[in-house]
This record gives sequence, C-alpha cells and structure tokens, in this order.
Amino acid sequence: MMQWETVIGLEVHVQLATQSKIFSGASTAFGAEPNTQACAVDLGMPGVLPVLNENAVAMAVKFGLAVDAEIPETSLFERKNYFYPDLPKGYQTSQMAQPIVGPGKVEITLDDGSTRSVRIHHAHLEEDAGKSLHEDYHGMTGIDLNRAGTPLLEIVSEPDMRSAKEAVAYIKALHAIVTYLGISDGNMAEGSMRCDVNVSVRPKGQAAFGTRAEIKNVNSFRFVEKAIAFEVERQIELIEDGGQVVQETRLFDPERDETRGMRTKEEANDYRYFPCPDLLPVTLDGAYVDHQRALMPELPSEKRHRFENQLGLSAYDAGVLASSRAMAEYFEAVKDVCGDAKQAANWVQGELSANLNRENLEIGDSPVTAEQLGGLIQRVMDDTISGKAAKQVFQALWDGEADSADAIIEARGLKQVTDTGAIEGMIDQVIADSPVQVAQYREADEAKRGKMIGYFVGQVMKASRGTANPQQVNSLLKQKLDQA
Amino acid sequence: MHDKTLTELAAGLQAGEFSSRELCQSALDRIQRLDGDLNSFISVTTEQALADADAADQARAAGDAAALAGLPLALKDIFCTQGVRTSCGSKMLDSFVAPYDATVVEKIRQAGGVSLGKTNMDEFAMGSSNENSFYGPVKNPWDLSAVPGGSSGGSAAAVAAGLVPAALGTDTGGSIRQPAAFCGITGLKPTYGRVSRYGMVAYASSLDQGGPMARTAADCALLLETIAGHDVRDSTSVARVVPDYSAELDTSLAGLKIGLPKEYFGDGLDPEVETAVREAIKVYESLGAKVCEVSLPHTHLAIPAYYVIAPAEASSNLSRYDGVRFGHRCEDPTDLEDLYKRTRAEGFGEEVKRRILIGTHTLSEGFFDAYYLKAQQVRRLIRQDFLDAFDEVDVLMGPTAPTPAFDLGAQKDPVSMYLQDIYTIAVNLAGIPGISVPAGFAGNRPVGLQVLAPHFAEAQLLGVAHQFQQATDWHLKRPAFGKEMA
Repeated sequence: MMQWETVIGLEVHVQLATQSKIFSGASTAFGAEPNTQACAVDLGMPGVLPVLNENAVAMAVKFGLAVDAEIPETSLFERKNYFYPDLPKGYQTSQMAQPIVGPGKVEITLDDGSTRSVRIHHAHLEEDAGKSLHEDYHGMTGIDLNRAGTPLLEIVSEPDMRSAKEAVAYIKALHAIVTYLGISDGNMAEGSMRCDVNVSVRPKGQAAFGTRAEIKNVNSFRFVEKAIAFEVERQIELIEDGGQVVQETRLFDPERDETRGMRTKEEANDYRYFPCPDLLPVTLDGAYVDHQRALMPELPSEKRHRFENQLGLSAYDAGVLASSRAMAEYFEAVKDVCGDAKQAANWVQGELSANLNRENLEIGDSPVTAEQLGGLIQRVMDDTISGKAAKQVFQALWDGEADSADAIIEARGLKQVTDTGAIEGMIDQVIADSPVQVAQYREADEAKRGKMIGYFVGQVMKASRGTANPQQVNSLLKQKLDQA
Repeated sequence: MHDKTLTELAAGLQAGEFSSRELCQSALDRIQRLDGDLNSFISVTTEQALADADAADQARAAGDAAALAGLPLALKDIFCTQGVRTSCGSKMLDSFVAPYDATVVEKIRQAGGVSLGKTNMDEFAMGSSNENSFYGPVKNPWDLSAVPGGSSGGSAAAVAAGLVPAALGTDTGGSIRQPAAFCGITGLKPTYGRVSRYGMVAYASSLDQGGPMARTAADCALLLETIAGHDVRDSTSVARVVPDYSAELDTSLAGLKIGLPKEYFGDGLDPEVETAVREAIKVYESLGAKVCEVSLPHTHLAIPAYYVIAPAEASSNLSRYDGVRFGHRCEDPTDLEDLYKRTRAEGFGEEVKRRILIGTHTLSEGFFDAYYLKAQQVRRLIRQDFLDAFDEVDVLMGPTAPTPAFDLGAQKDPVSMYLQDIYTIAVNLAGIPGISVPAGFAGNRPVGLQVLAPHFAEAQLLGVAHQFQQATDWHLKRPAFGKEMA
C-alpha cells in the first residue's frame, strides 16, 4: 500500500489591534451597528484618499522582528482590482511585489515537546473588505462596511508542515506571537485570525508537490485540524481511485466536518495589481526598526527558554506556561508572590488549569487571582496548612468565599497544629485508647511497623480534625511507639 | 464690473465701492442671461452664494476680511462640495451630492471666497474639447462655433466671458492650460503635490493636480497661495512652505534664461500660433531675457506613455462606480453581474469607457510589463529630459497647444484629439508646473504661451508670466460675447 505524505502551507490573516483603520480615521471596534463605523474613505466616496496608519506599520515591523524576518527598507502598496459589493473601491489596497516583512521563521512546539521551525515566506499589510449579509433581506443582500479598511497582516508560510498537528502548532505559535506583541487580540471567534489552508498530498519520498486545494476561512484551531484531516483523506481516496486533485478553492463546513468546492468562474481571476498612486512607498530606516525592536516585549520562545534555564522548569512545563502571554504573566505573578517557581508551575498547571478547563474559562477570567494563589502556596510552603487543606482553600477562593487564603484558613480553622506539646497530647491519648494495636505494633518487625503506623497517624489526624502537621505526627508517633 | 480682475475687485470691496452681495448678484445675473449660450455651468448655487456674500460683507464690516473675502468664483465640477451635486460631468454622478468639501474648497471658503457654482467639464476630466460632458458641450465665448478646450472648459469659458473673475480647474494632461489658451485666459498647473487632491474626483491619481484659472498671473498667484500646501489627508501632497506668490511677482527678467524646446516648434504646429508665440518670446528678449534652443528628446513618447498610465489608473479609480453605494444604478438588475454591466454601460460615456478598456487591458496579465512598466520607464526619461533642460535654462517656453480652438465637432478621431495635448502632457508626466498665458490671436481665436519651470518654482513661473502681462495687453482683451451687458 502507498504511503502518503501531507504538505501544508498556511496564509493567516491577523487583524491588527489599531484603534483606527489602516487608511482612515474610522474606529475598528467590533460589533457596532452596521455601517456606523465607515467614513467617506471606507465607503470609497469619489475624491477620498487613503492615509496610512503608522501604528499598523509599527505592528507589522514588530511581527517581522519576532519571526527573525528581514524588514526591507522599502515596501509598496498596490491595488488588487476586482468587483465585489462589499469591496467599496473596486480594489483592495494590499502589498504584492514588495511586502513589509520579508522571509522569516517560526519555532513550533508539538505535543511531545519537540520543536521545529516553519519558514515564513513573507507577511504583508492590507485592508479588509466589508461583509455581505445574505440573510434577512428577502432575496437582497445587505452590505456592512464597518469592517472595510480594518488593517490585516497576512502571514504566508512556506509549505513546511507535514500534518494537521503541525499546522495547528504553527497557528498556535503565531497566535502566541501576535498576542504577546499586543498587535492583535487573537480572537478567532470574532475573526481576528483567519486561516486559508493549502493542502496537498504526495507519495512518500517524492520531491515534487502534489496539486493543492486551498481551504478558505477556517477560523478555529479545531476546524483547521478537522479540515485538513478531511481534505487529506479526500485527496488520497481520489488519487487511489484513479482520479486527480484539481487546484481549487474549497470551503470548510463545520457542521459536517467536510470541505466542499466553491463554484468558480471559468476564467482565472486577473487582479491587475499595480502600485497604488495615492500612497507613497513605505521607507523604514535602521533606526526605526531598532526603535520598534526596543519596544518589543519578551517573546514566547525567549520566555520558554528563560523558564527552563533560569527557573529550572521542565521543558514541558516551560512550554505550556509560555504558550500565551496571559498564562505566562499569571504564572510569573504567582511565582513572585510565593517565591517558588516549581510550586507556582504545579499549581497553575494543576488545580488552576483543571478548574479553568472544567468551567471553560480563559486564564484572564480566573476567579482566583495570581496574588491569591501565590498567598495560598506560601501557606503550604511555610507549613501553615497541609497540602490537602490547601485544595480546600483553593476551592473556597474559586467560589469567592473570601479575599485571601489566610482569611479562609482562619475562618475554617485549617491552620496546622505544629505545637509539639499539643500533638504529643493527642498521640498519648490515641496510644492510651488503642492498647491492642499498640501491642501488635510493638510485636511486629520494622517492615510491618511501617504499614501499621498509618492507623495511628489516621487516629491522631482525626483527633486534630486534620490540622495536625502529618510529618510531625508521624515522627512523634514513631518515637513514642518505638520507645517502649 | 465683469471686466475686472480678482485683485481689482478685492480693492473695490475693500474701498467700499460695492458690496460682495452686489458683486455676486451682478455675476449671477450675468450667468443667468449668458450661460444659456455658453453652457459653462452645470450647477449654479445662487442661494448659497448670496448667503456667503452676505457673510463676507459682515466679516468685512467687522474688520475681519480674509484674502478672498466676498470674491465670486467658480469650481470645476470635479471638486467635492458638501451638500451640492458633484457630477464630474457624468451621468454616473448626476445624482451624487458629496457629503464633504474638498480640501481646496475648504481653503477657498476659509479665505472668504464665494462659489457661484460648479462648472462644466469633460466627463471625469477625460477630453480636450469639453465635448465629452453628459451636460452637453461648452462653447468658446470668442467664437460660439469653437470649443473652449478641455477638460476644464467650463471654468475657462466662464472666466473668458466675464461670468466669474476666476475659477478652479484640474490638469491631468493639459486640462487647465489648453482651455486657458483656447479661451484667452491665464491658467496654472502647479507642481504635482503642491495642491491637495483630497476631494478632487480622481482620474489619474499620479498626474491630477488642481490649479487656478483667471485673467492674470497676479490673480493666479492670489488663488494659488490660498489653495496650496500640505494636507494630512493627501499623502502625495508635499510638506513644503507655501511662498507668498503675490509678493514675488515683481522680479526682473534681466538675465532670465529661456529655453525653447525644438520639439515644441515642429510639425503640426499651426503657423499663426507659432508666429504669436515667437512674438511673445521677442517681448521677453526686449525685457532682458536670453533665449536659446534646447531639446526634450523623449517628447514624442509622452502621448503614448500618458495613454498607458492615465487609463491604467483611471480603470482602477473608476471601479467604485458600481451602482452599489452612490451615483447611477440601473433599473431592476436581475443579478450582481447585470447590476455592474448595465450601471456602468449606462452611466459612463464613450470616451470614459474607451479609457477604462485601455487601462484594464494594459494592466492585464501578459501585458503589464510591455505597457505599464515600459510607460513608467518612459515617464522617468521624460522627467529627466526636463531636469537636464533646467540645468541649462531657468524656464522653458513654447505654444500651449498646436492649434487655436477648433470647431465643435471637428475632431472626430480620438487619436487626433489626444494629439491636442502634445505640448502639455509631458509636463504632467514630469510633475513640473506650467502656466498658459494669453499671447495673441490666430484669426479671432486666442493663442496661449506656455511657460514651464522646475518643480516647486511656481513663484518664478508666476513672476515670469506677470512681467509679460505688465508689458502686453493680450490678457486684457475681451470677447464680443456678452459685451452688450457691460
């Protein structure tokens, strides 16, 4: 049976988090009433002219620096001409021959913790189109131009990915980079990151690429994985049945988990690109690029390496905690309060993540703040409470019972008893109440005693209502039982 | 009153000889009575004009009169005017009322200028005779059987007939200078980037430039210093100080080096036009200027390059007229394609369609390199021709157009019409400023002398034109048309 290899390349459109549009002063806020955020420029009124938003340029440059890309000194806006009702000017202002970000690379991390590099072909700035609304208009089409002119950075990869998992890891890496840089909110549900997925298959070992299909507008990590899985299977089946893959644009249907060919015009589109005469070439000198570099925060890969090398976390822990800026910032805040990176990592990835997952919350929405969690860990580390009690305290913080771990410990009386005298008193009482067990223990050899001591520990803990320090109980019991 | 220049009218207003309301009312009356024959206006905004005139009179009474306070003028119907139809001479925009003012309109208003209305033009500024207007051709006041030139034919005819003392036009390949020459007035195309294009309906964005059309160079100076300057809304406008052009008019011509491009005096030049232009140059010599011949070797490539670049940009600029958001929309479209096809087939005239087709073709895959890129290379050579010439001389002079105004309907073939712009078009490709100055007559039709200067040398250009007008009276000649209303 033929072994197949999948080849994937991605075009990811990232909506940049500028306040205003790429060529006009209108707001980019999401969710406004239709056509209330479209000015004369966005409407393509006669006589209007575009003015480039400098923030969009700065954001694109930061992205380029984050993926080790060349930042060409000159880039150029061009017009991509085609007619569509939600494209007001009849052309999209985009970049083609001279994009703002040149070739670069992104490091991706797979589930097993291994990393590899995906090459970026280029990234370019362009304006978004509006939206055509086909429902509720009784056979007519509604046009909402609020989105028209929203700045997009289109990031085009080389066909370097070989599985759906790698593609997802790549998108996650891009997501981490753009959210770390603060150049996009990364909100896929609102369309802040949209992917066009190019998929082809070829017999393993063959150098030439197979014919690819482009799946448009796949807008979640999960859909990317499903769309690729379906498409790969479709193409392999097609070829094995003696057919041929047609180069075409397909749409992913999330309801049915399948891709479908879009009806296409017979003639190929000729976009008649030419340099936009209304915009000057963008010239960026070294000083400008250095300035943007200086403004950049620590990036995911840098953070991961620091977590691993300086904080002593495992590669896996470092990878998970650095995967999003919000997660990393939360973790570092917890660590700063409690003073122990390992403990902080365990709690953030353990109890906290389990709760977040269960309730489907983002870390930014966690009811337990980093300060609260750090405070709780401190109480475990200074033996104020036991690890078991700590889980209770965490749940109480989650449920909003009080503002701090200390308040909950106090209210619930969970403070460990570490006063040796008090513990000794309870031990003496348990020994006095259990003559049979004491006799058995003392007759047993060392190996058996180890198991039998559990009974006494349990009794003492019970008597202390769980507040006695278990290590202390253990050692004092051993002394007293062994001494006779 | 209608024979006076802007400068004279400003003095009259300041001296209290008449009010702005009287002045504007008189001009509006003249438009009312005469423009039926000329067809130089598409829209006359009487109410707004009189309200603005009253406001200017009040401002003057309060001692707060700006540079153009109360002076009537007209705007080519390519400039967007808030609340007033901006048709661009096209059926496509017959119903279009702009929601905003163009930057130059805003500047004219801030300076107190009173717009009496919007002037006729070739559709989307595509033409050299004003015969391509949805609103019908404009007639030349010197001879009603002649064209006024184009595309700013309405502005030129209105000024020549004394309907307004000045008007704004636009020039993409000669559209200010050629109608100025045909109508015997003074018209300046500024350096590309000197005047904001924001709110000027785009024809060919890398060539379009707005500018003044008036009786004298001094009036053009007054208007240019009002409308010029950097505009944050136009990225191609240049951040460069605007000189006080009016103050720099009185420069000496002694030692001025004038170059005569030999290519501008060759085949196809009407002998009477040549005679008038050579006479004008003799006047300059008599004023102390030195004349020599120069060469602009790529002149013959200017029209071919222009008719690749301008239509290419136009084909894209005019894509927005799709019937979706504003302007003409066909009746009962059956589907999207039908909407596009019929809207554009009905809304655009023949010449506009021709240029959209040419532009779409030259930008198409397989043709782009051979046409568009080649034309851009030629454009650089043409620009270099001028830069080289200006290493030798201060200004260039020659005829504005190869012939005087031709008869309405005389130019049947598009290419012979395109050849009308043979001396003006290279100037737009190079981005330099040019002015057309009245310099005599060929029969009963005016002849224009074109003066060209290096980038941003408008002050020199205006000074050179002004000195000529101090020594000659061609700019004071008035057509017989409308004389009975003196």
